[in-house]
Amino acid sequence: MAITLTQTAADRVEKFLANRGKGIGLRLGVKTTGCSGMAYTLEFVDDLNPEDTAFESHGVKVIVDPKSLAYIDGTELDFTKEGLNEGFKFNNPNVKDECGCGESFTV
Amino acid sequence: MALLQISEPGQSAAPHQHKLAVGIDLGTTNSLVATVRSGLSSILVDEDGHNLLPSVVRYMPDGGIEVGYSAQAAQSQDPTNTVVSAKRFMGRGLKDIDVSQQPYHFIETKSASGEMLQIETRAGIKSPVEISAEILKTLKARAEKSLGGELVGAVITVPAYFDDAQRQATKDAARLAGLNVLRLLNEPTAAAVAYGLDNASEGIYVIYDLGGGTFDISILKLAKGVFEVLATNGDSALGGDDFDRRIFCWALDQRLAEQSKCTPLNAQDTRLLLTKAREAKEWLTDHASAQITSVLSTGELLNVTLSTKQFNELTQTLVTKTLAPTKKALRDAGLTIEDIKGVVMVGGATRMPQIRLSVADFFKQTPLTNLDPDKVVALGAAIQANTLAGNKGDNELLLLDVIPLSLGLETMGGLVEKIIPRNSTLPITRAQEFTTFKDGQTAMSIHVLQGERELVTDCRSLARFELRGIPPMVAGSARIRVTFTVDADGLLSVSAREVASNVEANIVVKPSYGLSEEQILNMLQSGFGAAESDKQARALAEAKVDAESLLAAIEIALEKDSDLLNAQEIQAIRGKMDALRANIHAGASHAIHEATEALNLATEEFAARRMDASVSHALAGKNLDEVNF
Repeated sequence: MAITLTQTAADRVEKFLANRGKGIGLRLGVKTTGCSGMAYTLEFVDDLNPEDTAFESHGVKVIVDPKSLAYIDGTELDFTKEGLNEGFKFNNPNVKDECGCGESFTV
Repeated sequence: MALLQISEPGQSAAPHQHKLAVGIDLGTTNSLVATVRSGLSSILVDEDGHNLLPSVVRYMPDGGIEVGYSAQAAQSQDPTNTVVSAKRFMGRGLKDIDVSQQPYHFIETKSASGEMLQIETRAGIKSPVEISAEILKTLKARAEKSLGGELVGAVITVPAYFDDAQRQATKDAARLAGLNVLRLLNEPTAAAVAYGLDNASEGIYVIYDLGGGTFDISILKLAKGVFEVLATNGDSALGGDDFDRRIFCWALDQRLAEQSKCTPLNAQDTRLLLTKAREAKEWLTDHASAQITSVLSTGELLNVTLSTKQFNELTQTLVTKTLAPTKKALRDAGLTIEDIKGVVMVGGATRMPQIRLSVADFFKQTPLTNLDPDKVVALGAAIQANTLAGNKGDNELLLLDVIPLSLGLETMGGLVEKIIPRNSTLPITRAQEFTTFKDGQTAMSIHVLQGERELVTDCRSLARFELRGIPPMVAGSARIRVTFTVDADGLLSVSAREVASNVEANIVVKPSYGLSEEQILNMLQSGFGAAESDKQARALAEAKVDAESLLAAIEIALEKDSDLLNAQEIQAIRGKMDALRANIHAGASHAIHEATEALNLATEEFAARRMDASVSHALAGKNLDEVNF
């Protein structure tokens, strides 16, 4: 399995990285917090850790640590607009249940 | 599902704890709101895709309030209830304003906190603070809708020239709008932040900001990612609006030339013609001439053509007027034109070609215009807000601002002793010792002033307080230490202490034009009052929807399965339905709820019978084996 980005998401990440002026890619992860177990994290990457797994999708380097990978393997990251709001969205096949707003989830 | 933004490494927010912060450019003509998403500062648009929100507030005949384009469109029909450029009146009294140029009914209220200018509208007497709060509320709503959550705070920009009273008024407006002010930021400093990050290059820059109603010139030093404001100057009553007025006056002159008799314009025509003048000015940015056509309320047709050349001649003095403060700021900073690495243009009025030419001519270089001059300030404020809200990592941006006007106190003979000189960097604390004037003097009056002049009468009075309980001594032997502190927002507190006896008195400067604590509380409470009636309206609407959907469902059930009920039962249900309908009509949410409950109860038996009937219908003529439980 792998982590992938949609074309729209990849374009956005590239734009944000260019604006930021540094960074080698995008880190996806989970942390155990939130109202229903786990929460997603999304960060710029400046340094790679030895245990990280790196994927490449539409020219963007996607980095995941092994603990998080177990929960989000197979995820496709999308960038969408909902009304006036816009941002990234995890399409994670491992999710069994999420909290009302979808910010945290259980597997 | 919630939409996520990319954070700095190690800065991911816990769920439901996003630190949403915005930058707000509360402008004289237009206002904007911006935020940083995934590291990129961008303007938040409204539902129609507009970046700008015209800073226009209209009090409607039906009691509602309109803000923005719709209010702007109504300017000429309803000038006295449509307030434009309210920022010009922030923290001001009647004597500060040229009333003859304004269509409003001004009132000056005298309260314990001093004289304050207010405007009489059909919705009652409104202060500029309340009017600005409406603009901020609209921007706050836009931001919360766009970001999908509540804001932790906002950075609001103010002209560098705003004095304490005007800064306090801006903070009051934010508080009324329910916004937490992270920081008030000088507009040019915000512009520097926006440009500094995009083209990070060290050196001394000039920010030339000609907005709708204010002109600011600031000299900034960019070094190692740190912005230091070396000097500021400007004119708080010069802006794009003045260019409109020049065109307006010119158009009127043309009319007088054509007509022998002079009839003064009414408020509506004044507003209409000013709008036409603004349109002509904007048109001339990329065209050689503009036509102004307008039918006045008297039926008179005004039709004049203005060429670029004429426009330049008309406004040359205004353009020149911006260069005097520019020279002054350079002198304050001890710099010459050769020291300036770049000139940043801010404010919609800097789109005018004659401005760009004059500035280029003065500084002997082409000014920077690669960011939209209307957006620069809001974008920079958003970057600062993002940092202050704690969304940034280690490389935090440090900002040094300066105080625009010297602060001091009154000494014998009506003279001003300056404690903190103009252009000192913020935050700052300065102390100075004073002594008694008469033998046995036990009290001292401390009068805090702002301004560059030597006489008290020429400076602006900010506050007065008394230090009492000084031990009786020979004149000149008491030592009274007066400390002035200006915080990062540019707000002042003053304390005085007699060194020997340690008696102390202090004051946080409540500018004499600001709102008193009590007035703010009153306004906040009247806002809460409206919240209660809003809540009731919502409850009623919900109760009605529930009741109507129940009625519709029962209507359908009766139509299909009335054979399950006898005539008496049908009548009972019908009776309850009529009762509910009557309650919906009467419009009391509580009564509607009760009638809905009663109807629910009355139809329970009917619902049970319908369920049984449909089950037995489904099971009729089948073996137990065939039924899939």
